[in-house]
Amino acid sequence: MAQKTVVDMLALGKRIDDRGVQDFREMKLEIGLIERACGSALINLGKTKVMVGVKVEEGEPFPDTPDEGVLTVNAELVPLASPTFEPGPPNENAIELARVVDRGIRESKSIDLKELCIQPKKKVFVVFIDVYVLDHDGNLIDASSIASLAALLSAKMNEYDVEDGEVVYKPGLRKLPIQNHPVAVTLAKIGKSLVVDPSLDEEQVMSARLTVVSDKEGRICAMQKGGAEPLSIEEVKQGVAIALSKASEIRSRITEAAKT
Amino acid sequence: MYVEKKQLVAPGEILAEGKYLSGENTHREGQIVYSSRVGVVEIVGDRLGVIPLKGRYIPHVGDIVVGRIVDIGMSGWIVDIEAPYPALLPASETFGHRGPRGRMDLSRMFDVGDLVVSEVLAFDRTRDPLISAKGPGLGKITGGRMIELSPTKVPRLIGRKGSMISLIKKGTGANIIVGQNGIILVSGRSRDSENAAIHAIRMIEREAHTHGLTDRIQVMLRTMMRGE
Amino acid sequence: MNPQEEPVELIDKNGLRIDGRRLDEYRPIKMKVGVLDKADGSAHIEQGKNRILAAVYGPREAHPKHIALPHRAVLRCRYHMAPFSTPERKSPAPSRREQELSKVIREALEPAVLSEYYPRTTIDLFIEVLQSDGGTRCAGITGASLALADAGIPMRGLVAATAVGKIAGKIALDLSDAEDKQGEADMPVAIMPKSNVVTLIQMDGTLTHEEFERGFDIAVRTCHTIHEQQKAVLKERYLAIKEEVEEKSETTRGEEE
Repeated sequence: MAQKTVVDMLALGKRIDDRGVQDFREMKLEIGLIERACGSALINLGKTKVMVGVKVEEGEPFPDTPDEGVLTVNAELVPLASPTFEPGPPNENAIELARVVDRGIRESKSIDLKELCIQPKKKVFVVFIDVYVLDHDGNLIDASSIASLAALLSAKMNEYDVEDGEVVYKPGLRKLPIQNHPVAVTLAKIGKSLVVDPSLDEEQVMSARLTVVSDKEGRICAMQKGGAEPLSIEEVKQGVAIALSKASEIRSRITEAAKT
Repeated sequence: MYVEKKQLVAPGEILAEGKYLSGENTHREGQIVYSSRVGVVEIVGDRLGVIPLKGRYIPHVGDIVVGRIVDIGMSGWIVDIEAPYPALLPASETFGHRGPRGRMDLSRMFDVGDLVVSEVLAFDRTRDPLISAKGPGLGKITGGRMIELSPTKVPRLIGRKGSMISLIKKGTGANIIVGQNGIILVSGRSRDSENAAIHAIRMIEREAHTHGLTDRIQVMLRTMMRGE
Repeated sequence: MNPQEEPVELIDKNGLRIDGRRLDEYRPIKMKVGVLDKADGSAHIEQGKNRILAAVYGPREAHPKHIALPHRAVLRCRYHMAPFSTPERKSPAPSRREQELSKVIREALEPAVLSEYYPRTTIDLFIEVLQSDGGTRCAGITGASLALADAGIPMRGLVAATAVGKIAGKIALDLSDAEDKQGEADMPVAIMPKSNVVTLIQMDGTLTHEEFERGFDIAVRTCHTIHEQQKAVLKERYLAIKEEVEEKSETTRGEEE
C-alpha cells in the first residue's frame, strides 16, 4: 500500500482498515490447544497469529538469585509466517521481541518467582515461554505479550510437595503463581498521527513505534521505542497516556479468556 | 546570520535564519540553515556553507585523482581512488591502446599496485566512477613521494586560483601533483626541496582552518630552503 | 572483584548516593575524539567506571554488495562488551542483550545521519565497552555520535543520551550498575537536541505515570547539557591549533617589524 495513501487517509482521521486511531484489531484468544505444554494460547490479532507455549521444568537457579525460579522467554519468527522471515538463529528482531515480552513479564513481577523455589541455591522451577509467530500481519509485540499472559494465566503444572529439597509429584494440577497482569500496547507514528496496534501495511510506512507495557495498577513496567525515525517529546508523552488507557481494556479480555 | 566567516561549527549548529541559502555541507529545515559537519563557515553573498575538516573523498566529474590499480579486468582496470566507490579505468581511456587486448597486455601497461593519475569522466549516484588516463599529465606514476592528505584540505592546498600550490612549487622547486582525492605526489630536485614541500603540505593539513596561514607557509619555506 | 555483594544503602541519611552523588547529578563525562588512527572517526568516553570506545568506518564500499541501498548509505552498528569489562568475565560471543542494544543504538543514531549523501555505501559503527558500570548504552550513543561527527559524516545534529531511574523510591539520574541492580526502574533516553526529538527510549522496572513524566523531563534536560559538552569537544583541538598558530603569527610579525 502506498505510503501516501495511508498517510493521506490518516490526515482525515481514517485508517485503511476503517479502524479508529486508538482501536485494536479484532482479537481472538484460544487457550490450551497444546496439551503437551503446561499452558498455551493462540492469538489472532487481526490477521496476525502468534502461538505461545509455556513449559515448566526443574532446573538450577541463577547465582545472584538463589531462592528464585527462572523465567526465560524466546521468540521464533518462523519462515512460514512471512515472506521476509528466513530460517536460522533468532535475528535482531526476534531477539528484541523476546526481550521486550520478557521485560514486561519480569519487571511487573507477573510470576512470583520466589514461589518457584524448591531448594535455595540448588533447585528451582524454570518457566519457559516460547513465542512462535505463525502469521505476521503487524504488531508482533502486543500479540506476543497478550498471548504470553493468557498462556501463563491458564497454565497448569503437576501438583507437588517439596520434601527434603526434592520435588514429589502428586495427583492433581496447580496453576502457576501469577500475581500481575502486564499488557503491552504498541503505537506507530505515521505522518503526524499515532495509531494503536499497527497492521503490517501500517508498519511498513511507519516512521517509529513506541511500546508501553503496564501492569494492573496502571504502572509502567517496560517501554521500547523502535524505528529509524525520532518521536517528539509530546508524542512520547501522548503515546504513554494512550497506552495506559488502552491496556485496561485489553487486560480484562485476557483474564476473561484465560478463565475458560 | 548567527555566525561569521571562518567560525568553527559542529553538526546541528544554527548558522542563519531567514532568506539565506543552504550551501555545501549545510541543510535547511524550515527557515533555519544548520551546519551538517564539523568545519569552518564560508559565506558567499547569501549562501552559507561549511568547509569540512575531515571526510572521505566523493568524486566529481573533472577531478584529477591519484589512484592505485587493485584489479585487472577484461577491458580495463579497477582503481582504488580512496573513495567509497571503486573506479573503473577502461582500456580505451589510455594512450597506446589499439584494438582488443588480453589481460596480459593490460598488465604490461598498468599492473596491480601501480599508481596512476587520472581524470574523473563520469560519476553519478547510480554507478561507480569512470576515470581516464588519456590526456596531458595523466598516466602511470614512476617516481616521487606519495603523501596522503585529508581530501577536505585539498582546496586549501591549492588555494584561490592555485595561489597556495604555486607558492609551494616556486618556493621549493618541487613538482607536485595534487589529486582531489587527497593523494599528493611530490618529486623535487633534492631531498630538501621534497622535504620542504611535504612540510608545507602537513602544515596546511593541520592549520587549514586558521588565519594567516599563507604568511606562515611563506616564512617556513624561506627558512627551510635557505641552503638552496 | 566482587562476586556477591550484600545490599547497600542506596541513599544515605544525607540524601547522598553510594558514590556521593545527589539524586539529580549525573557522573561527569570525559570525552575525547580522534583517539584511533585507522578508524575514520573515533571517540573515547569515560563516565564513572565506564570506559567506552566508539569508532566509525565509512562511508565505505558495501561488503557484501547486496546489502547496499540505491539511494543512501546503510548504517550498521555493533555494540559489544569486552570479556574483562564486567565483574565476572563475560563470554566474547555476542549475547542477546548485545544484539538488542546494537539494534536500538543503531536506531538511536539513524535519524541523525544524512545518509542520502552516500548512496550504495555502508557506514559501520563499532562500540566497544572496555569497562562497564551501568548506563553503557547511553555513554555509547553519546560517544558514537562524536565518532560519526569526527569521521566527517554529514549529520542533522548530534545525539546525546542519559538514563534516569528509581532508587529507594526516588527518581535518580544516571544509575550505576549497583543502583540499577537494586533499584526499582531504569529508563535510558537519547535526544537529538537540535530538534529536541527522542531517538531512543526504553524502560524496565516500575514507574507510575507521574514518575515517568518527571524522570523523562529530567533526562531530556540532561541530554541538552551533555550536548553542549559534545559540541565543545569536537571543536577543541581545532581551536587549540588556531590559538597556537595565530598567537605565534602575531609574535613573529611583531619581531620582524
